[in-house]
Amino acid sequence: MTRVVVTVMPKAGVLDPQGQTVEGALGRLGFGGVSDVRVGKRIELEVGGDDPLAAVHEMCERLLVNALIEDYDVRAES
Amino acid sequence: MSVAVLRFPGSLDHESAQRAVESVGGIATSVWHADAELPAGVGAVVVPGGFSYGDHLRPGAVASRAPIMGAVRRHVDRGGLVLGICNGFQVLCEAGLLPGALRPNATLTFVCRQASVEVADDGSPWTAPLGVGARLSIPIKNNQGAWFGHPEIDRVALRYVGDDRLGSVTAAAGVLDESGRVLGLMPHPEEACDPLLGSTDGQSLFGVAAAA
Amino acid sequence: MSGATKPKHRALGLTDREAERITALLDREPTDPELVMFSLMWSEHCSYKHSRRLLGRFPSEGPGVLQGPGENAGVVEIEPGRALALKIESHNHPSAVEPFEGAATGVGGIVRDILAMGARPIALLDSLRFGELRSARSRHLFVRSVAGIGHYGNCIGVPTVGGEVAFDDRYEDSCLVNAMCVGVVEPGRVLRAAASGADNAVVLIGNRTGADGIGGASILASAELDEDEDRRPSVQVSDPFTERKLMDCCLELASSDLLVALQDLGAAGLTSASSEMAAKGGVGIDIDLDAVPLRQALTPAEILVSESQERMLAVVEPRLLDEVIRVCRRWELDATRIGVVTDDGDLVARSGGEVVARIRATSLTDEAPAYRVALHAPSPSEPLDLADVPEPTDLATAWRELLGRPNVASKRWVFEQYDHLVGANTIVRPGGDAAVVRLPGSNRAIALTTDCAERHAELDARGGGAASVLEAARNIAAVGARPLAATDCLNFANPEKGSTGWRLREVIEGMSQALEALGIPIVSGNVSLYNESPARAIYPTPVVGMVGVIEDAAARVGHGFVDSGDVVLIAGGGRPRLDASEWLGEARGCPDRPDAASEARLCELLARAGERRLVQSAHDVSGGGVAVALAECAIAGRLGADVELPVERRADEALFGEGGGRVVVTCRPRNLDALRDAAGGVPLTEIGTVGGDLLRVRIGSDMAELSVADATNAYEAGIPEVVA
Repeated sequence: MTRVVVTVMPKAGVLDPQGQTVEGALGRLGFGGVSDVRVGKRIELEVGGDDPLAAVHEMCERLLVNALIEDYDVRAES
Repeated sequence: MSVAVLRFPGSLDHESAQRAVESVGGIATSVWHADAELPAGVGAVVVPGGFSYGDHLRPGAVASRAPIMGAVRRHVDRGGLVLGICNGFQVLCEAGLLPGALRPNATLTFVCRQASVEVADDGSPWTAPLGVGARLSIPIKNNQGAWFGHPEIDRVALRYVGDDRLGSVTAAAGVLDESGRVLGLMPHPEEACDPLLGSTDGQSLFGVAAAA
Repeated sequence: MSGATKPKHRALGLTDREAERITALLDREPTDPELVMFSLMWSEHCSYKHSRRLLGRFPSEGPGVLQGPGENAGVVEIEPGRALALKIESHNHPSAVEPFEGAATGVGGIVRDILAMGARPIALLDSLRFGELRSARSRHLFVRSVAGIGHYGNCIGVPTVGGEVAFDDRYEDSCLVNAMCVGVVEPGRVLRAAASGADNAVVLIGNRTGADGIGGASILASAELDEDEDRRPSVQVSDPFTERKLMDCCLELASSDLLVALQDLGAAGLTSASSEMAAKGGVGIDIDLDAVPLRQALTPAEILVSESQERMLAVVEPRLLDEVIRVCRRWELDATRIGVVTDDGDLVARSGGEVVARIRATSLTDEAPAYRVALHAPSPSEPLDLADVPEPTDLATAWRELLGRPNVASKRWVFEQYDHLVGANTIVRPGGDAAVVRLPGSNRAIALTTDCAERHAELDARGGGAASVLEAARNIAAVGARPLAATDCLNFANPEKGSTGWRLREVIEGMSQALEALGIPIVSGNVSLYNESPARAIYPTPVVGMVGVIEDAAARVGHGFVDSGDVVLIAGGGRPRLDASEWLGEARGCPDRPDAASEARLCELLARAGERRLVQSAHDVSGGGVAVALAECAIAGRLGADVELPVERRADEALFGEGGGRVVVTCRPRNLDALRDAAGGVPLTEIGTVGGDLLRVRIGSDMAELSVADATNAYEAGIPEVVA
């Protein structure tokens, strides 16, 4: 089994209301110099089989990620 | 004394809460989140429902760090009463004024329906007039209403009756802080203060606020 | 297909003749940004070029109408000092591409239309159509659209109080998501989109501009969806939190009289908003694109047509500009002066000091071609031969099965995901006929509904158009309200093919006749064409949104049975027929054409009976016939009834037949005579008595019996079972 980590982020150019809100809140709390905050999610999976990364890529395409608005990155946890 | 009803960007139920206070003969004052102090003469604070800051990051997380929350904390320290409804409950948990946290409903959907809740702890100014076992018909409407905490230590004020428990630990619908002066609940008593809306069971809580 | 192999105008969806017309209007060749602007403003979505000539038929005037079609929303006076703004709009194609965001942004758009009138939104409704739920794709579209509507409506704090959803294979490739919003406004404070006053500032409020939906208005709304993925624009992502701030902010600006004009940015973005504001005011607008706050690098043409959501355009007097910006900042919203009003009538866009577009505003808004659609009548449909419809072996089993069909079953799974209570004014909740919302701070209430008789319209366009209006009116009247005004969303297939154009005209005619019989206007509307794929075209789907008034909110009438011993009656006339019925399950046969005049009298009776507290409950007979209507009354009231139905031909037809304008009402025995006196010429047929925990219906020598518990289980399980 391989521990696989998927990072899902709003696609470049796609509005990220969550990131905007967090950025505004950080500013109000006095954290200066913060910009381009983007909020995504991380999904961890234990995957078996011959090619776990390829399998997770397919999972991303078919379920985990909405390719219209999200980008993702898949890597194996060492 | 008046009842301060807080307003954050994304608050939705502040006007309904003010009307509920007025429906029991109280005086309600709207208070803006950026203010650092509550107005003079406030006996109770209501943190109303809604989607403050769009529920971004975690529901209530951003609002709980607003300037007015420091004043709410001092109000509690002085012996004042606080009522958090739905998102207001989430804000109070995020602020550390109430124990536990609110997690997504077991259905993973927004749930809007009339619910029945029962008083489980009447050792609080909020629930004393009702008494343990009193049942209230009040609507619930939330995405993240499953309370997660430690009921063996934390004070559960209200519990759902029947299947409508949203995934809450011990079916908790509302919890108290140690002192009993801060109450947070997921159901919306401000939507149950008018016979035309089908229930007036929410008026008791606003009566406590108005008399504080 | 690649854009490089054909002229730019064709790649943008413009015909050669339209391109020639643009050159003639400009008296030169258009620049690229100008061509893009024209292509969007002259798209079907923005210009109604295939329906405009037909829409003039609608009655749109009346004593209370303050604003008819042509603005962001219609406005009608409801009491001294108070008016309602209402509008329904489609977001069909975006919802087919990405149902969650498509449906959510549809809600956002209609809310901003109401806001642009200076009105405070108080209720939302949604009319939805999907393919059959056995299709995985349709289940996905349904579940995600509902989630998107809930996400948006719940977060902005406007209650979603009603609407309808239906499933039919004809919507498998083209789902429909129509959203309706109603708001309240003081008549003296109605805002309009007309810009005025040279040198006044043009201010963009709300979200920054990104690549959302670029090309959407033109390409998605004008061409049938096909496999050509490259033509898909980037999906608009909804931001309801910003919308809520926009609502609070714009209402504060409007009530402080800080605005000259207000307009939302929807299809075709800044181009549409600015050209409409200029054209309506007979002025020009000069925009500096470099001042528009951006989320990412965009070309001038992209900035001009971006459909980024949650943005409004305001015209502000220079002396009030600082105050406007201060209010926006308080709401944590960007507000930027991006241009000025001019007196030359031109829409001008500048970038890097250069003029990239200069177009007479009216060329964009008023000079789009208006096409005559071909009017080919389809061959008339034949009435159903009952012999072709198998008779159910057991009526009770058939009844229970019908109650669980997704088209009939309880929509609780849908409306419990919507906050239908926020505002503490919803006094009749979803699940019955019309929803009822008390006007804030008033004893009056409004009734709201959306309805459509699409299978009827498929078989008889004129009759189906009338039936859509009349069903809405019956739903309004059933809760004790009087119809006040309507808004419409005409969802059709490709008007350039087959009989679609003829059907469009006939539906409009039928709707208009019914509206005239009821004496109410259409005050706003929307048209969505090209809802077809190579395999399927949708039914003509003229969704009618209607509002009515109840003078005393406490007099509203529910649909559930109230007390044992109450008398059950059917009010209204018409013969039950299985043609196009839910029991038949398809658009086959030829339903009777409705009698609008007698239905108008039925509506008046129901409103009067409600006012005089003569009825205990009332419920419209629609999909599934009297059997389903009775079951719904029993389920809602947790009480059975003992009923005898007249039978003309067959028991299943008497039970499940639809058509006519019929309403199941109950009254206390002591009020029966008063109700008969009030009826005038409206037929009132006593059919039984409320009581017990069984629903027992005798139809001639046949009998159908169902326990209220069994009926409830079948009815409530229908949708959760298929979507789970």
